[in-house]
Amino acid sequence: MADSKALYQEVILDHNRKPRNYGALADANHKAEGHNPLCGDHITMALRLDDDRVGAIAFEGESCAICKASASMLTTNVKGKTRDEAEVLIREFRDMATGKLDVATEPHHLGRLTVFGGVRDLPTRVKCAILPWHTLHAALNAAGSASTESEQDPMHAPIGDA
Amino acid sequence: MSSLPTKRAAPGALDVASIRADFPILDLKVSGKPLVYLDNAASSQMPQPVIDRLVRYQKEQHANIHRGVHYLSETATAEFEAARKKLAAFVNAREEREVIFTSGTTESINLVMHGYGRKFIGAGDEIILTTLEHHSNIVPWQMLAEEKGAKIRVVPISDAGELRVDEYEKLFNERTKFVGLSHVSNALGTVNPVKGMIAFAHARGVPVLLDGAQAAPHLTVDVQDLDCDFYAFSGHKLCGPTGIGMLYGKAAQLERMQPFKGGGDMILSVTFEKTTYNTIPHKFEAGTPPIAAAIGLGAAIDYLTNIGMDAIAAHELELLDYATAQVNKLPGVRILGTAEHKAAVLSFVMDGVHPHDVGTLLNEDGIAVRTGHHCAQPVMQRFKVPATSRASFAFYNTMAEVDALVAGIRNVQKVFA
Repeated sequence: MADSKALYQEVILDHNRKPRNYGALADANHKAEGHNPLCGDHITMALRLDDDRVGAIAFEGESCAICKASASMLTTNVKGKTRDEAEVLIREFRDMATGKLDVATEPHHLGRLTVFGGVRDLPTRVKCAILPWHTLHAALNAAGSASTESEQDPMHAPIGDA
Repeated sequence: MSSLPTKRAAPGALDVASIRADFPILDLKVSGKPLVYLDNAASSQMPQPVIDRLVRYQKEQHANIHRGVHYLSETATAEFEAARKKLAAFVNAREEREVIFTSGTTESINLVMHGYGRKFIGAGDEIILTTLEHHSNIVPWQMLAEEKGAKIRVVPISDAGELRVDEYEKLFNERTKFVGLSHVSNALGTVNPVKGMIAFAHARGVPVLLDGAQAAPHLTVDVQDLDCDFYAFSGHKLCGPTGIGMLYGKAAQLERMQPFKGGGDMILSVTFEKTTYNTIPHKFEAGTPPIAAAIGLGAAIDYLTNIGMDAIAAHELELLDYATAQVNKLPGVRILGTAEHKAAVLSFVMDGVHPHDVGTLLNEDGIAVRTGHHCAQPVMQRFKVPATSRASFAFYNTMAEVDALVAGIRNVQKVFA
């Protein structure tokens, strides 16, 4: 059974309470919006690429705690990384959240981000954790917007009922 | 079913312990805690007599209906039509042929949109809906409006979540051709004053469809008293199976409507030159229906009727009143939907905590609530929230479960303190 107590760890609650790098970024040269129609979560991820390196990054928006903490920790982890290094983190985070990467036994670069490993047991919350990373990917590739419901999204799942 | 009459009780005095014993799923443990199922507005649970009925049908009575002359086909047909008769009695329809089996409320509304709307609503015509509607009573009409060049007019709501009936009346004009109206709001629980609204529309020659998805499980529905033209609900919200529901329509309306789906069973004769459609209700029931589900829904109606809809309503109202009072005592928690007349739904938001975090943490305590926009985004926009948490009650819920919910909410506050 899902262990949500393990998910709502102090580090996640702390980043939710006091999100890092929260706000607008005046000199951003890459920007994307992400939204999750299921929760109504929406975030904007803005960054400044200096040559190939993330010189500055910020996010803002309305979201659940999992999404906001994920976005906050994303910014602290991605700042200073090259575009390729950031893409590796995006892929590894997504694989961890969807259960494809076992961070206990397989090599990875996620560091503290492994606190989000617990979402793999909560299918409805996986999207919340991944949304900032999809949005970062969109921003790096200047795709403009990301959605947890896009056709290409491996996490796509129908949502319905009353 | 033999034990059922003992559960009949005076209003407000349900033998809930004995009722709960009929629902095997209520014994489940979730996250190591007893399941507290408060997501009944999304789907209710199924009692053993209904489960038994489904099994008995499959084991002893199954064949296709309205076709064979053999024993099983005649048995299945008789049981299927008996279920229709039960539904007709449940909503007090004049005639059984006014009851059409559909896959649920959504299909019922789509049937009316295609069968009535596409035939009788044209360019420049107006359809009145309300802010409280579920997406299933919005989107089909938007599709029709787009196709025909018709216009949607929307009845606003008050801060309490009540329809502004004065504004509703002002929306009528000579182009008004249809009204789609929820009997009970799924997101807020508001019981709408539909009878008067229907009379007002009828005085102007405008037919009215009631979305009864959230009303039929909780209230006595009398379509003759309401005088609605159409009434739709889903079986799985009243202890029946998924994939089955019904549309009630006044015979005169159904007769003049065009078919929704083409196929077998909905025809009298077919040649490549001309097809003659079957009479109602069969005109609207193309193809093999979910026979087992229909018969199961009939058994669910028997089960509810044995307990008594008035007793069910009284118990659920007690639960709602108690839950409202308890939640109102919690600082930082706000109930959305404070209408004078409500049914079985408690929608709330918490300061500083997103509903999805509320739902995940309540699940840790074994409590199932719905979190999200409840397929009613206009309601969310009206209250300027992205989503709410919604506890919705059924007659098998207890005061102790309300206490568990309140304790669960306190626990969420502790985690996010």
